Amino acid sequence: MFDGNTLLDKTPKKPDLIQINLVGLRTIVTKEVRRVLRIWVQTIVPPAITMTLYFIIFGSLIGSRIGEMGGVPYTTFIAPGLIMMSVITNSFGNVVSSFFSGKLQLNLEELLVSPLDFTTIIIGYVAGGVARGLAVAALVTIVASFFTDLSVVYPLVTISVVILTAIVFSLAGLLNAIFANSFDDISIIPTFVLAPLTYLGGVFFSITLLSPFWQKVALANPILYMVNAFRYGMLGSSDIPLSTAFIIILVAVFGLFGLALFLLRRGIGIRT
Amino acid sequence: MQEGDFFALLGPNGAGKTTVIGIVTSLVNKTSGTVSVFGHNMDEQCEAAKACIGIVPQEVNLNMFEKNENILINQAGYYGVPRSIAKKRAEKYLKAVHLWDRRDDIARNLSGGMKRRLMIARALVHEPRLLILDEPTAGVDIEIRRSMWELMREINNIGMTIILTTHYLEEAESLCRNIAIIDEGKLIENDAMANVVSKLQREVFVLTMRDFMQSPPVIEGYEVRLRNNYEIEVEVAKDQGLNGLFNAISNQSLHVSSMRTRSNRLEELFMRLVENKNLNIKISQQSKVTDSAGIAQEKSN
Repeated sequence: MFDGNTLLDKTPKKPDLIQINLVGLRTIVTKEVRRVLRIWVQTIVPPAITMTLYFIIFGSLIGSRIGEMGGVPYTTFIAPGLIMMSVITNSFGNVVSSFFSGKLQLNLEELLVSPLDFTTIIIGYVAGGVARGLAVAALVTIVASFFTDLSVVYPLVTISVVILTAIVFSLAGLLNAIFANSFDDISIIPTFVLAPLTYLGGVFFSITLLSPFWQKVALANPILYMVNAFRYGMLGSSDIPLSTAFIIILVAVFGLFGLALFLLRRGIGIRT
Repeated sequence: MQEGDFFALLGPNGAGKTTVIGIVTSLVNKTSGTVSVFGHNMDEQCEAAKACIGIVPQEVNLNMFEKNENILINQAGYYGVPRSIAKKRAEKYLKAVHLWDRRDDIARNLSGGMKRRLMIARALVHEPRLLILDEPTAGVDIEIRRSMWELMREINNIGMTIILTTHYLEEAESLCRNIAIIDEGKLIENDAMANVVSKLQREVFVLTMRDFMQSPPVIEGYEVRLRNNYEIEVEVAKDQGLNGLFNAISNQSLHVSSMRTRSNRLEELFMRLVENKNLNIKISQQSKVTDSAGIAQEKSN
């Protein structure tokens, strides 16, 4: 039944950890992307429907009465915000549900007993979150194009902001899953933290509408910077300086990555 | 442990078998000590050590919604096996555990025994040098258990080192060359299987009798107990043999329909080892008390 020649190489040798991690990374990314595609009814379709409803209600029905915001029609103003909102929600949701279900079903152990470095595991899961975030973003952009004329003033800014934001929220989803012990734990952050920050993060309004005090409070919300940087890329206007937005996004990427790596290496949330 | 060994790790529930395995596979943080796998220290070369290990855990830990073939291909990928080779290996090991025809099914749809076999195939797909099986036959029927034993023998015969944890001494006795017994995280025995089994000085046989019995028959030299009106238990010392027992039974015109050994021999062996350990502790404590009493006596003198 078994071929002894291939089964056992008795010559002691150092495993090629670079090769292992490269193949391992490709495997995790493939697995995660396939998961998104396999359950596309849960992962891709719902955000497209939700965003279509937002465009119909806030864009066409209410938006026509609002007129302009930030120098553009209201529907055009909310389009970048809604694209970012779907990126944030879906990148976060993808990683938190995939990693947590691995913990719950114990199949995360497949990765934990393997020789893969935790850096590889984190990048693999984040790549899955980014892939879903971008897939949904593309779909919402198509939906948005039915309601308003979309343009991209600064393509490089637009693409880099959307990718970096997807990375930030994939990492945040991973951290949530690391600490989660029950389904309640993975719904608390999206409901009580992510949703309020997103809705108050300039998706539907310009912060110039707020009183000076609340404008200052709004600046503490990191999502505001991401939404505005993305809006700047698409429309060429923003409530905040682009450089500040990039600094905050990059700090979040490296900070959350470092924290996730630290926790996993310490075995927090994954080992007994 | 020597390379190529088939090694049994035995102990009662909660003895620490799974914890030991968890430490070796890095799923459990150790509090002290060192672990070395084929010369790779787990503290310094954790990844290199893990690359040598395949693990079949006690609890089913499959991705229930993944296709069986993909489970194996993914696992091979985590160990750096390129996809083209991983696909061939997946076929080879799914065939070895008789699950090739279920390759496109998801793990959730497999029976309990099939899931265990799939986990064995998954542990083999990167062709490790050390295979750890944590109670792989718990809860599986006899036929599957036998086929799993055959599989384990086959892979050990071609040189793979195997560690098997089990509750069944019979299973360990049938498969393993060396054995360690642990209790409360402490090693209480580590020897060749033959040496350990030889420590079973007495064995209890259960005899099913043809005729109704009110009381156990008196057989000189043997301790006989009535289990029920048709079954008796007979304790036979190693040096007694069974001929004398059957002669005595024949002389009393008793008819034996069948005979079996009483399980669980592991329990007997374990109790014996624990008793010995406790006895040794007691003796050493007593000798300490005597010594200190002697010292006190000398001092007072």
